[in-house]
Amino acid sequence: MSNVLTISPSPHVHTDDSVRKIMYRVVLAMLPALAWSVFVFGLDALRVTLIAVAACMAFEYLIQRFVMKVTPSVNDGSALVTGILLAFNVPADLPWWILVLGAFVAVAVAKLSFGGLGSNIFNPALVGRVFLLISFPVQMTTWPVTKQAAVDATTAATPLGLIKEGILNGKPLNELMGTLPSTSDMLLGNIGGSLGEVSALMLLLGGLYMLWKKVITWHTPVAILGSMFVFGGIFWFVDPEAYLTPVFHLLAGGAMLGAIFMATDMVTSPMTGKGQLIYGVGIGVITMCIRLFGSYPEGISFAILIMNGFTPLINAYVKPKRFGGQK
Amino acid sequence: MLKTFKIGGVHPAENKFSSGREIEALALPKTAFIPVGQHIGAPAAPVVKKGDKVKTGQVIAQSNGFVSVNIHSSVSGTVKKIDLIPDASGYAKQGIVIDVEGDEWLETIDRSETLVNDFSFTGEEIIQKIKEAGIVGMGGATFPTHVKLVPPKGMKAGLLIINGVECEPYLTSDHRLMLEKADEIVVGTRLLMKALNVEKAVIGIENNKPDAIRLLKEKVAAYPAISITPLKVKYPQGGEKQLIKAVTGKEVPSGALPIAVGCVVSNVGTAFAVYEAVQKNKPLFERVVTVTGKSVKQPSNFKVRIGTPASELLEAAGGLPDDTGKIISGGPMMGKAVTSLEIPVTKGTSGLLLVPGAEARRDGRMACIRCSRCVTACPMGLEPYLLMTASEKQIWERAEKEKVMDCIECGSCSYTCPSSRPLLDYIRLGKGKVGQIIRSRKN
Repeated sequence: MSNVLTISPSPHVHTDDSVRKIMYRVVLAMLPALAWSVFVFGLDALRVTLIAVAACMAFEYLIQRFVMKVTPSVNDGSALVTGILLAFNVPADLPWWILVLGAFVAVAVAKLSFGGLGSNIFNPALVGRVFLLISFPVQMTTWPVTKQAAVDATTAATPLGLIKEGILNGKPLNELMGTLPSTSDMLLGNIGGSLGEVSALMLLLGGLYMLWKKVITWHTPVAILGSMFVFGGIFWFVDPEAYLTPVFHLLAGGAMLGAIFMATDMVTSPMTGKGQLIYGVGIGVITMCIRLFGSYPEGISFAILIMNGFTPLINAYVKPKRFGGQK
Repeated sequence: MLKTFKIGGVHPAENKFSSGREIEALALPKTAFIPVGQHIGAPAAPVVKKGDKVKTGQVIAQSNGFVSVNIHSSVSGTVKKIDLIPDASGYAKQGIVIDVEGDEWLETIDRSETLVNDFSFTGEEIIQKIKEAGIVGMGGATFPTHVKLVPPKGMKAGLLIINGVECEPYLTSDHRLMLEKADEIVVGTRLLMKALNVEKAVIGIENNKPDAIRLLKEKVAAYPAISITPLKVKYPQGGEKQLIKAVTGKEVPSGALPIAVGCVVSNVGTAFAVYEAVQKNKPLFERVVTVTGKSVKQPSNFKVRIGTPASELLEAAGGLPDDTGKIISGGPMMGKAVTSLEIPVTKGTSGLLLVPGAEARRDGRMACIRCSRCVTACPMGLEPYLLMTASEKQIWERAEKEKVMDCIECGSCSYTCPSSRPLLDYIRLGKGKVGQIIRSRKN
């Protein structure tokens, strides 16, 4: 027997789960989409991801060590997740210095200035992305063509971008429809777009893995995609000449990436299933409003950040069902 | 689909190493250390003095108030002293120390193994016998059973629930008792039904004990008023409120007792003790204790006299493992870590768990990542992360408003937290403070 007996209050057993394991499961869930991006965008995708990850981890370490003067927690895996998510949200050929700037905003401004992991109100990777989108609109919306595309061009527009630009230029929708990729291309990911958002299928695969491993629950993704489907569906049903199908909206842009990986961030989403449903519907509705009526072709990043801001309010008012509470 | 409670719950590794080991009677201790406060409520008042000769089963301390019970000598011999003795709480408590000489029982106790199936007592007679025998809830809560059997004015019990859940990992004392004393438990159940004047009883058993479910189903076949309800394995199903919810679908209102929904819950160990008290005139002075742990040579279930030091149980289970880092009285979820091996077995001791050093210490506390697992795990529908923050920041009004007093201290939140945060530690602090505030408001 060791000389000292430990005395501590119950419980005396603990799950073998940990923050680090959760983070690595998220990383594992992102690998299919990452692999697909390398397949369609080439080694550029890998370069962008590595730079984003290295920059996020370096900023986290340096700022914690030298500015905050706390023990760096860079090995908890959260900076790694932020780095990959940031890379997923940018074009695969983004210059390295823009990426590093985005990583700085994500880690230093959105995360550490609020107190670090667990204390941030807004999703760090999204804050980084939106900062870049507003600061470098050209670089952030010029997407490389996929290697599989049989076109003679160096840049490709996203399906949502095509529609928005066409409509702004006064073209009728049925004319624009011809320029859109097929549903199967969109599902698989043979379209223009940010590095990690192109393949709905690969993102779904990662989402199913996270559901299975209980990293996320169904509430947020289902609420987002469901409300987008219903909202988009109503407009399409009323006037199919002027609006695209709801299926198109689910497969286009960052819907899948946002619903599965960005909005489900534990730190910035509500604590209860009921709260997550409200949060998810909010994101879905705001996203569709921006897509249909706003000047940006895509709005899920803004929608998630807006609802991140509502999360504390949702937590304050949406309580779990208490045992033995008054009905 | 198996029944279970609806909100929250966790499923820690069961590790029931000793479930296949028959109950063995442990040798008598040389000296018995019998605390006079082994139950919830006022400690009993000693009625013996130094030098007195006592017999096994004799009252040595008398019930001292409405919520209090008698304490009986578990051995025969001479009272050595009445003094402070070590206790699982870590504080020394008053107790009666008896030097053991032989094993001479009171003549009134029926020591035979024959089953006494029939009885013709009235409810009051049964309750009186239970009271005299010093029976308390043996699942660990140690609330005096005779008090529970008399519902407050205006309330009426409709259902007796016998708790054979044993949801704590490692522990197997109830499981073994159900397998080896099934007939006696059924008689005890009938006695409790008579005492409560209820028409129906349910024995709830988790599905990881199929042999006990099968056996008890056979045994109650002759009594249509008693049924067996197999339950899905989920911690803390042995909690009174969770068990009532699982069996009846009813929720005990916040702050109320089970009788508010017409239920009374008793442990299988208590039912067995009631049988012995009423049918055999045997007071509560021994119980089944599981001695177990990953490094314990021979995980066992012992029938132990109250007052036997923990060290003697360990000796019989193959000695103290070299790697022991923590000793727990009870199970790993709600048991108490103890400071010494000299603590005696009491009426509420269901097990002795030896935890290897490598698992004895908690992991370092990390930041809350708001994963909401504590909220999902809480069987009372509370928000442990919020209660912890309120307690840590000493915002007691908020803690009260968020129902901190509803916490049953099952530990599911701390168990499930990936950041290893001491949620329950802080919630206990909050309960203590808010409890004080509520009491001072009443005065």
